[in-house]
Amino acid sequence: MTTIVLERQPLQSAFTIAPEREQTNTILQLTNIAKSYDHKSMVLNDINLSLQEGEFVSIIGQSGAGKSTLLRCINRMIEPSNGKIIFDQQDITSINKRAMRQQRAKMGMIFQHYNLVSRLTVFENVLHGRFGYKSTMQGVLSIYTEEEKRLALSILEKLDMKDQIYKRCDQLSGGQKQRVGIARALVQEPKLLLCDEPIASLDPNSSKVIMDHLKEISQSMGITVLVNLHQVDVAMRYSDRIIGLRKGEKVFDDIPKQLNQLAIRNIYGTSVDELITE
Amino acid sequence: MTEANILRRKKWRMTGVMIVLIVLTYGSAAITKFNIIEGLFAIPSTLAWMINNLVPSAETIENIPKVLKRLWETIILSVIASTTAAVFALLFAILGAQTTQFNRFFGFVARFMASIFRNVPVIAWALVLVISFGHNVVTGYFALFFSTFGFLVRMFIETIDEASSDGVEALMATGATYFQMVCKGVLPDTMPQMLSWIFYMIETNIRSATLVGLLTGTGIGYLFDLYYKKLDYNMLGLITIMIIAVVFIIEFTSNKVRKVIS
Ligand SMILES: Nc1ncnc2c1ncn2[C@@H]1O[C@H](COP(=O)(O)OP(=O)(O)O)[C@@H](O)[C@H]1O
Ligand SMILES: [Mg+2]
Repeated sequence: MTTIVLERQPLQSAFTIAPEREQTNTILQLTNIAKSYDHKSMVLNDINLSLQEGEFVSIIGQSGAGKSTLLRCINRMIEPSNGKIIFDQQDITSINKRAMRQQRAKMGMIFQHYNLVSRLTVFENVLHGRFGYKSTMQGVLSIYTEEEKRLALSILEKLDMKDQIYKRCDQLSGGQKQRVGIARALVQEPKLLLCDEPIASLDPNSSKVIMDHLKEISQSMGITVLVNLHQVDVAMRYSDRIIGLRKGEKVFDDIPKQLNQLAIRNIYGTSVDELITE
Repeated sequence: MTEANILRRKKWRMTGVMIVLIVLTYGSAAITKFNIIEGLFAIPSTLAWMINNLVPSAETIENIPKVLKRLWETIILSVIASTTAAVFALLFAILGAQTTQFNRFFGFVARFMASIFRNVPVIAWALVLVISFGHNVVTGYFALFFSTFGFLVRMFIETIDEASSDGVEALMATGATYFQMVCKGVLPDTMPQMLSWIFYMIETNIRSATLVGLLTGTGIGYLFDLYYKKLDYNMLGLITIMIIAVVFIIEFTSNKVRKVIS
């Protein structure tokens, strides 16, 4: 497992190891979040959730349970129909676009399909993570400061991607693409990482590399990581806490140890053996 | 519904479509008194006539510079009409594409306008425009511009929606502005495909410009019309061959360029 420690970087305080976080701070607080796409059926129903600084939390649940929707309600890529979002001590439920843009800059997002601009290089894609801090012109003209470039380089180095920097993203393997995705999110210097099935398209080895990096990020940088997963065993192994979603309702919220057969049956409506042989 | 049912239904639908097509072909042939067999038998004699009359003779070769000059006008007109139309088409496509539209209403308006421009044939544009602009190159320009615009908007919209929705989502999630998202998320992944369509339109427009030129009396179309009325088939043959050659050359270069940029 690589250790992500960046030295002598004036830009980012979040990247030094937090020494024994004493009192944990709440970074995200969802209250009564609900979502309906068609004003009839509820995709999310009355979700209450609170995430602490540096916590690694997984959301599990059947496909269609509302995991992706929940994740996108947090950065308001999807507008929740109801409820309140407090992020980093600020109510962001109904702030305007401009203010929301600044808040999104502090939340990284990682996707199942990596969502890179495939014809651009690794370096360019990673620097896109700085857009939230830039004026439109600076972004369009690709004007980045030396610090920003150095930050991007050091993050890529820690993710073992230094040799690929000038490669176009359509020439990378899945695992490498996802590491670019992570680098793009980290260059935002986020307080929260939202990961939507980050390993669903990867082979077991690449999956492990990615999950190890995510775990490392939460532990050494104090960044809160919220991951949608569909593999229960992976969630058990990596999480500090697991959330179970079933048909838009939160039916489980506890440490992995408490996720027994009964709880799994409650989340999935089947036992874990059936899940594996499925 | 079971799989087998869906398959069976699909098969029936295909059969239905085939029957309708056959009926349509026979029906329309009967109505227009067009005899397919007779038409087929006429092909050899037509070919013979073409070989006898349309092959350029020695004296027509002297006229090559004259033809080239007119052809050059036509090429320039096609290129200018295609590129200027492409600029406007890009703006409308960004407004109209699902992934980049910032307002449903504007999106609809953009797609609707493009659809109107696209569905009026280039010759119809020329006929209408010749009334207001007269027999000159401006008419030809706008006729090509309008039909190219309509076509490119549609192709650009498809290109944008196919190639870039993933990157767009990621950029919006980083807190990027709309223009950052369009310039850095959409354009890099769609530019090659769009350039490809522009080249395609330049090729198409050289052919159309010839036709439009017949109406407006400009470019190679003017020359074609002139010799057609003089019944100078040798010259017509030369002009046709040169148009074909130009289209070949353009197609060849655009293929080369497309390979380099992709
Ligand atoms: N854009 C959308 N419009 C309408 N319905 C949607 C949309 N996105 C998701 N849904 C529906 O919401 C439900 C939850 O979807 P999703 O959040 O993607 O679940 P998960 O990520 O757990 O598989 C599904 O029933 C899905 O069909
Ligand atoms: Mg999902």
